[in-house]
Amino acid sequence: MQAKGRVFKYGDNVDTDVIIPARYLNSSDPAELATHCMEDIDKEFVDKVNKGDIIVANKNFGCGSSREHAPIAIKASGVSCVIAETFARIFYRNAINIGLPIIECPEAAKAISAGDEVEIDFDSGEIRDLTTGDSFRGQAFPEFMQKIIANEGLVQWINNGRP
Amino acid sequence: MGMTMTQKILAHAAGLPEVKAGQLIMADLDLVLGNDITSPVAIHELEKMKVEGVFNKDKIALVPDHFVPNKDIKSAEHCKCVREFARKNEITNYFEVGQMGIEHALLPEKGLTVPGDVIIGADSHTCTYGALGAFSTGVGSTDMAAGMATGQAWFKVPSAIRFNIVGKPAKHISGKDLILHIIGMIGVDGALYRSMEFTGEGIRHLTMDDRFTIANMAIEAGGKNGIFPVDEITEEYLKEHATRPYTVYEADPDAEYDETIEIDLSTLRPTVSFPHLPENTHTIDQIHAEGDIKIDQVVIGSCTNGRIQDMREAAEILKGRKVAPGVRLIVIPATQSVYLQSMEEGLLRTFIEAGGVVSTPTCGPCLGGYMGVLAQGERCVSTTNRNFVGRMGHVDSEIYLASPAVAAASAITGQISCPEDL
Repeated sequence: MQAKGRVFKYGDNVDTDVIIPARYLNSSDPAELATHCMEDIDKEFVDKVNKGDIIVANKNFGCGSSREHAPIAIKASGVSCVIAETFARIFYRNAINIGLPIIECPEAAKAISAGDEVEIDFDSGEIRDLTTGDSFRGQAFPEFMQKIIANEGLVQWINNGRP
Repeated sequence: MGMTMTQKILAHAAGLPEVKAGQLIMADLDLVLGNDITSPVAIHELEKMKVEGVFNKDKIALVPDHFVPNKDIKSAEHCKCVREFARKNEITNYFEVGQMGIEHALLPEKGLTVPGDVIIGADSHTCTYGALGAFSTGVGSTDMAAGMATGQAWFKVPSAIRFNIVGKPAKHISGKDLILHIIGMIGVDGALYRSMEFTGEGIRHLTMDDRFTIANMAIEAGGKNGIFPVDEITEEYLKEHATRPYTVYEADPDAEYDETIEIDLSTLRPTVSFPHLPENTHTIDQIHAEGDIKIDQVVIGSCTNGRIQDMREAAEILKGRKVAPGVRLIVIPATQSVYLQSMEEGLLRTFIEAGGVVSTPTCGPCLGGYMGVLAQGERCVSTTNRNFVGRMGHVDSEIYLASPAVAAASAITGQISCPEDL
C-alpha cells in the first residue's frame, strides 16, 4: 500500500479540540465533520486539502479529548497518512482502530516542510520527500497492531475472528 | 522483577501470572463507559459487528452529560440514539436527566467503580477512577464498541513514573494545585503512554475528592492512567459507596519505575495554567509579580472540580462577598447528589447571594458546548481541565485553569487571585 500527497505541517501538541472543535460534535457524520477539520488551527486546510494529502506534525499529535471524531474528520477529509514525532495514546489507538494510517518518525517530522510532495510505502515503512530527495524510515507497528490494520480496523478484526 | 500496581491489575485481568512494560495483552473489562458524544459513534460501530447485543448489560454505563439537558436538536438526536440503545439492550446503568451527573463524578458516587477494576471509557478523563485503586483509561468509540461487544480490550502494558508525595499542604492548597504543578513540571506529554503512580506518606493529606481531581488530570500529562494505593481514606469512601466486593492490589516492593519524582506538599503554592496548554503553569506569586490579569468569567465545576469539597471550598471564600462587577460566575455541581447536598448545606444560597448562577449538572462550558461559551478576547478562570485554543468558545478567548479556591477568589476581585489576596 502506498500514499502520495502534499504536506500540511503543524507543530507540537496539536489537540483534538483544534482538529475538530466540540461545537461540531453534535454531529457524528464523517462528511460533515470533515468540513470543519483543523478549523481552529488552520482555517485554510478544508479548502486546500486534496485526496491523498499528508499531515506532518511534531510531538504529541492528537492530545486531549478521546473524541474519535478527530481521526474520523482527518480520514474523511481525504488525508492518506499522519506522520508525527509522537502521538497522544488515545489518538494512536483510535487511528489504528478506524484504519487511518499513522507513522511515528521523529526524523521525518522534523525534516519535512509544508507543501513538500511526500510518498509513503506502508509495507517497507519508507517515507520519501520527493521535493528534497530525503528518505526516512518510520517505526514499524508491532505484529498485533499490524493485524488490526490489515483487517481494516478493530471491528473487522473481531468480525473476522481475531486472526 | 516486581510489577507496578497498574501492571498487577492488568496481569490479573489478562489471566497472566506476570506482565512486563511494552507487552500487548487482551484484558477482561469490569466496566465500559460512554457519553452522549462518544456513544452514538460506538453504537454505530457495534451495529457493524457480528454479535447479538452486549456482553453484559450490568457492566456498561451510559451517561449523557456533555450537551445535556439537550442543547440543540442535533444533540437531542444523539441522546435519543443512546436512550433507545440503552432500552433495547436493557442497560442497567443508563442515567437519564434527573439521575445523571458528570460521568466521572457520578460513577464513583454510585459505587460502580471499585479498586482492582479494569475500566475503559470513551472519554479521556476516564482515568479518574485510578483515585480508587482501579486501572481506568480513556479510549475512543470503536474501542468502546468492541468492549461492549466482547467485554475485552487490548492494551500495551505501561511503564510508570512514581510520584512520592511527602509533607502537608497549606490551607486552600488542593489536589488541583498538585496536579497542575506536576503537569507544569513534566509537560503535557511527560507521562506519554505511561502510568502515573502516586504514593508516599503525604497522600494521607489528600482527600478522596483531591485524589479524583489528580487522577482525572493524568491524561493532561499524556498519562495512560493515574493511580493511588488503597488506604483508610479510600476504604472510608468505599464503605459508603461500593456496591460490590473488590480486590486491593499493591505495587511490588521491587517494582521497576522509569523514574521517581518527589513532591513536598508543604512547598506548593496556588497554581494556575495559562493559555493554551495545561503545562503553562504559574504560581500565584509569579502572577502577582508579572502583573494583574483581568477576567470576564469564572467557571467552577466539571469532572475535575465539581464535587462537594470543591463546592464547599468555593462557598467558604464567596460567603458574605460579592462577585466583581462585570464578572460572570457560573457554578455547576457535578451530580444531582452534589447539587442536593450543596443546597442542604446552604452553599447554593452563598453562590447566588454572591451574584453567581448555579446550573444543573453538565460538562457544558468545559468543552465550549453551552452554558458559558466565551466571546472573542474574553478571559475565564476555570476549574476545568483543558485550556486549549478555542476549548471554551472563540479561538481568541483564553482559559486559565485553577483550583476552586483560586477561581472563587478571582471571581471576587475580577482578576486572578488567591484567598490570601482577599
